[in-house]
Formats: sequence, C-alpha cells, structure tokens
Amino acid sequence: MPENRPAERQPNSAADESGTDWPLWEIFIRTQNGLAHKHAGSLHAPDAEMALKNARDVYTRRNEGVSIWVVRSSDITASSPRDKEILFEPANSKVYRYPGFYDVPEEVKKL
Amino acid sequence: MNAAAADKPLFEYVLRLGDNCLILSQRVAEWCGHGPVLEEDIALTNVALDLLGQARLWLTYAGEVEGRGRDEDRLAYLRDAGEFRNVLLVEQPNGDFGMTMARQFYFDAWHYFLLRDLRNSRDERVAGIAEKAFKEVSYHLQRSTDWLIRLGDGTPESHERMQRALDDLWMYTGELFQMDAVDTDISERGVGIDLEGLRGPWMEHVTKTLTEATLAVPGESWMQRGGKQGVHSESLGYLLAEMQFLQRAYPGAQW
Repeated sequence: MPENRPAERQPNSAADESGTDWPLWEIFIRTQNGLAHKHAGSLHAPDAEMALKNARDVYTRRNEGVSIWVVRSSDITASSPRDKEILFEPANSKVYRYPGFYDVPEEVKKL
Repeated sequence: MNAAAADKPLFEYVLRLGDNCLILSQRVAEWCGHGPVLEEDIALTNVALDLLGQARLWLTYAGEVEGRGRDEDRLAYLRDAGEFRNVLLVEQPNGDFGMTMARQFYFDAWHYFLLRDLRNSRDERVAGIAEKAFKEVSYHLQRSTDWLIRLGDGTPESHERMQRALDDLWMYTGELFQMDAVDTDISERGVGIDLEGLRGPWMEHVTKTLTEATLAVPGESWMQRGGKQGVHSESLGYLLAEMQFLQRAYPGAQW
C-alpha cells in the first residue's frame, strides 16, 4: 500500500528537530573483532557522517574500538517499561528453556 | 655534538615543522570549554592535543640537532616571537567557528601532503615523526573538509561566513609553498621536500572541496610572507604571552 506510507517523515537534517538543535544519535562500538557492537552512549551531530566522527572523538579516545555504528535515536523502537511483566515474566516459569538438564562431560572446559 | 658542528639548516627546518604544530595547537586549544557543542569541543581539543604531541616530537628533535642543550620545553616556553618559525596562517586568531575551520582546512590540506611526502625523508627521525603524524592529520583533514562542505552548503548565513573566512585567510596560504634557502638546502639533501610541488595537490583538494561546498575559490591576491623567517603578525605576541606566562612569571617552575 504505497499510498499509506508516512510521507511526513523528514530526511536526516538538522532542521527536522527543534529549531537549530542537532538530532541525537545512538553510538554502538565493537571493541574487538569477533565481539558484537555494544551500546556506548549517545551524542548530537548534524548528520550520520559527522556522528561517526564525533563518536570517534567522544567514545574511542582510549583505543576502545575497531568499528562504530551510529543510529538516529528516533529510529529506535523501544519496548515500554510498563510492558515488562507481559514481555519477560512468563519466561521465569519455563525452566525447561535453560540447558540445565544435561550432564556436562568433565573434559568440556567451556560451554 | 658541539655547536659549531650543528646542522643549522636542519635545525631551522625541524623548528618550522614543530612551531607550526605548537602554535596551531595553542590556537585550537583556546576553544576548549567554548566549543559550539560538547561533541565539537571534545573534537577540537583532540585535534589540539594531536598537534601538541607532534610539536613535542619535532621540537625535541630540533633541540638535539641544535646541540645546545635546549629541550622541547625551553624551545616552546623560552623563545620570543621573533624566534618562532611558524607560518603566519597558524597564528591567526580563531574568529568565529567558520574562521577556525577555514584556517584548519587550509592548513590540514597542506600538512597532509607535506607529511605524506616527508615519510620518505632520508632522515630517519623526520620520516618516523611524519609517519606517526600522518595518520592523525589524515583524520584532521577529513574533519575540516567535512565541516567546510556542511557550512558552505548549509544555511545562507553559514555559507556567507564560510566564504568570508576563506577569503580573509587566503593571503596567508602563499607562504605555505614558498621556498627559501633553508627549504632548498634541506630538499636537495633528500631530507625535506620541494614545497612548490605541494601546490598542485593542495589546490586540487581545495578546489574540489569548495566546489562541493558551493563556495568560491578566492582569486589571486597579495600573499603575506615572513613567518618562517621570524617576522610575525602582532597576534603571535598575545598568544605567546598566554602560553608562556607560567615559565616567564615563575622561571623553572615544575609541574
């Protein structure tokens, strides 16, 4: 249904937020090859390219990273804290989802 | 090494490299705590610290070449304006953010091509310092280039300010490529490079960036010169008064 597309969505520009403020970006940093990107914090920048550069200056000053992702904070859909019980509590009563019913052989150091 | 045997041209040459970094570092550091936004404040300070680190390496080496026992600190804090060898561009006041970025952009583009070639210097120390600094300066150039494009192709006001800053500082760019006896001597020995040769790539980068930024490349004009020979604008005196205050007021004070 192409007609139903939310046409009001603005492109990434400084003007689409309140006045002259730059939009907020969430910063994800991979600290080592093989590890996943981890949320490091957020910052303001006029666009994605500058957000990457600002992230480099704000969050990798002490050699913390090998890769950076930046995401517009407004593009993140988050679960509501109010929904915590509905979302997570049912898992508590389902112990069979844990792999705790297997005997681990002695020789296996790490699982 | 005794003073008579000291390599005077090499000392001068390395001093120029170090003073460019030191003075620009001090200028950029004036933004510390005054950046337009927190992120930019940190970024500017990072650039200033990179340049300070480079200045330390160059000045330490200059002191060794001179062989009169002057270390980085004595060279930085106990020389007067007339003994500084930086180009006039780097001592120009910060002005607004556009002026600071225009100065940075002109300098970074030159610094980038200079260090790129100095990495092949026949002098191992020069090549080594250039190698380390080149990575930092590659980033500086990316940043200032990005800013030029964003401010030039931004709002009418940012465009106008950026253009004015570029025009105002243009007369200080000629000195970057001007060769004197020291440059010629060091270049012929394969230690330094022919600065005239940097003009082409520098101009190409500047033209490409300004075109993308919808800005005009400033036209022919009278070019200022003299910084490399120790003839500076009055603004250097004020900069040194602040930078050297502690050592002048309390000689020999230790941290």
